[in-house]
Amino acid sequence: MNAQTDYSDTSRWSYHVDADFYADLDRFADLFTADWAVADVNVARSAEGFLSREARLIDEARFNDWIELFTDDCLYWVPITPGGGNPRLEVSHAFDDRRRLTDRVFWLRTGLAFSQIPQSRTRRLITNVEVLDDPGSGYRLVRSNFIVHEFRAGVGKTYPGWYGHVLAPDGDGWKIRLKQVNLLDSEHGHENLTLVF
Amino acid sequence: MVDVLSVVTDSVKDPKTPCWDDLVREDRVHRSLYTEERVFTEEMVKVFGQTWAYLAHESQLPEKNSFVTGTLGLRPIVITRDRKGGLHAVFNRCAHRAATICREEAGVAKSFQCPYHGWTFRNTGELVGAPWPSGYGADFNKSELGLGKVSRVESYRGFIFGTLNESAPSLEDFLGEAKPWLDYWIDRAPDGEVIVRAAAHRMVYRGNWKLAYDNGGDGYHPSFSHRSLLEMASRLGDSKDMSYFGKTPDDGAMKIYSLGNGHSVIDQRPNFDGPGSIWANQRPQPGRERFEELIRTKYPEDADRLLDISAGAQINLSIFPNLLIIGNQIQVIEPLSVDKTQLVWNATSIGGVPEEVNTMRMRTQEDFPAFGEPDDQANFEEVQRGLAVTEVEWILMNRGLNVDGWQSMDETGVVVSAVTDEIHMRSYFQEWLRLMNGARA
Ligand code: FES
Ligand SMILES: [Fe+2]
Repeated sequence: MNAQTDYSDTSRWSYHVDADFYADLDRFADLFTADWAVADVNVARSAEGFLSREARLIDEARFNDWIELFTDDCLYWVPITPGGGNPRLEVSHAFDDRRRLTDRVFWLRTGLAFSQIPQSRTRRLITNVEVLDDPGSGYRLVRSNFIVHEFRAGVGKTYPGWYGHVLAPDGDGWKIRLKQVNLLDSEHGHENLTLVF
Repeated sequence: MVDVLSVVTDSVKDPKTPCWDDLVREDRVHRSLYTEERVFTEEMVKVFGQTWAYLAHESQLPEKNSFVTGTLGLRPIVITRDRKGGLHAVFNRCAHRAATICREEAGVAKSFQCPYHGWTFRNTGELVGAPWPSGYGADFNKSELGLGKVSRVESYRGFIFGTLNESAPSLEDFLGEAKPWLDYWIDRAPDGEVIVRAAAHRMVYRGNWKLAYDNGGDGYHPSFSHRSLLEMASRLGDSKDMSYFGKTPDDGAMKIYSLGNGHSVIDQRPNFDGPGSIWANQRPQPGRERFEELIRTKYPEDADRLLDISAGAQINLSIFPNLLIIGNQIQVIEPLSVDKTQLVWNATSIGGVPEEVNTMRMRTQEDFPAFGEPDDQANFEEVQRGLAVTEVEWILMNRGLNVDGWQSMDETGVVVSAVTDEIHMRSYFQEWLRLMNGARA
């Protein structure tokens, strides 16, 4: 590594995850715990459409397409501490920047991950969708409840919780800047959490 | 076939003439040790109880009157600090009619009031009082009705252990030759301060608890069980961390040391050459490049050391029966039933370093629970499934046994061998056998 290194390919480099990146998470956490006004019906419908599409890509195991929904400076975050806690001093089930998320998808697709042989089958229901357009940042925050049903190796499991999505404008649509997955029992014991939430 | 039921039944009925020896041989152990409910029940009394078991870390009890709940085998316990800072472990079991008296994971309390009928106990176990004492006869003696206690609780440099065995050796003697390795791990913190963080990976698998302990000293499995991780690690070209397990591990530089008392350690450090090498070979964490630049700019003299302690310790230290030190994590084996176990991966930070080092340690400690351990646990579960075959009775642990030139013993009695030697299993099962046969001292 030297001064000439071009860090722009965030699937290879992680130069951008710095103090400001963590500070953003605190800011998003504050917004996600606030009460929001009811969103305009078209805004709500468009956010629901986005979530449904993302859900389908995961449930159909189209992870290469799924990862394309994320920004270069994204975070896919499954905290252990309910609500998120302080990731600077706490570990998470997943704290994936673009590089680690690319690793995760690569890992799932090696065909050698025994925890995913056989592969998880999932279907998820997403409801209670709320939307907040943050005028300061231009981000769109989406809060929703989910139930993920998983079937793998003869065993069915159910994971309830809520999602916090931070969407960044991208052309006519949106990309995921942050996907925070808040499992109802995040800090408790789990079997094989290698499925994608 | 070994008549397992009679072995188990006889041993339970008459602990003085036990016959567990039929089930543990020099090169193999019987499947029933992983599948039989009655074996498990005995283990929870004789292994977890009669030897030192890891209970908690002192950093989880930061102040006077702190407490944290835990288990000793299946027994719910509360580990406490008294008002002077002394350590205790009481059974989380009311002396009245057995309800747990503490239902929180951690906190600060001088006393615990049982939520069922209100008996109140000091954090050292003594009964303070029962509501409306006039309802009890003259023979009601408060001093006899305290909480049951783990009779011996000791700490070694922050690691709290407990046993019910009054004749057990001192904790330091029990740790024995594992002590210098634990010291190495603790002393990676500049001031020796290790802090267990609030969030832990609690990973449950459907298999016997010993499958996790077997794996703690298993240098044979990584090239196979962790193939997905090794492939992933080479996504960006040069191979990172652990891929060296794939090169001739039999005659590689890595060794396993059988330390006595069921303890062992795999030393991965011979794979690294010089300061900064552990960091350089760590699979990339979020924020890695910015962090490295910051450390090298702000602490040019000390950078390699700070970077190395942001990555793992490169030893796998197994302390029988329930403590596995892996990377920077304090991993604890919690048996739930004969075929269900929870592995708790306690993440740690350290004192005496810039705060960014600890943040990077968190990111390092998320990697293996996500991409490594799940594949091992999948294999543990498949072992448990395979063990349903009653006709094939034995689990082999004969790799390295009677192989010329593999094992050598140093003056302290530590046996060193090739990292793929199953000596870890062979030696801890001798300790298991000793305890199951009722040994006290
Ligand atoms: S069981 Fe605790 S007071 Fe009755
Ligand atoms: Fe492993």
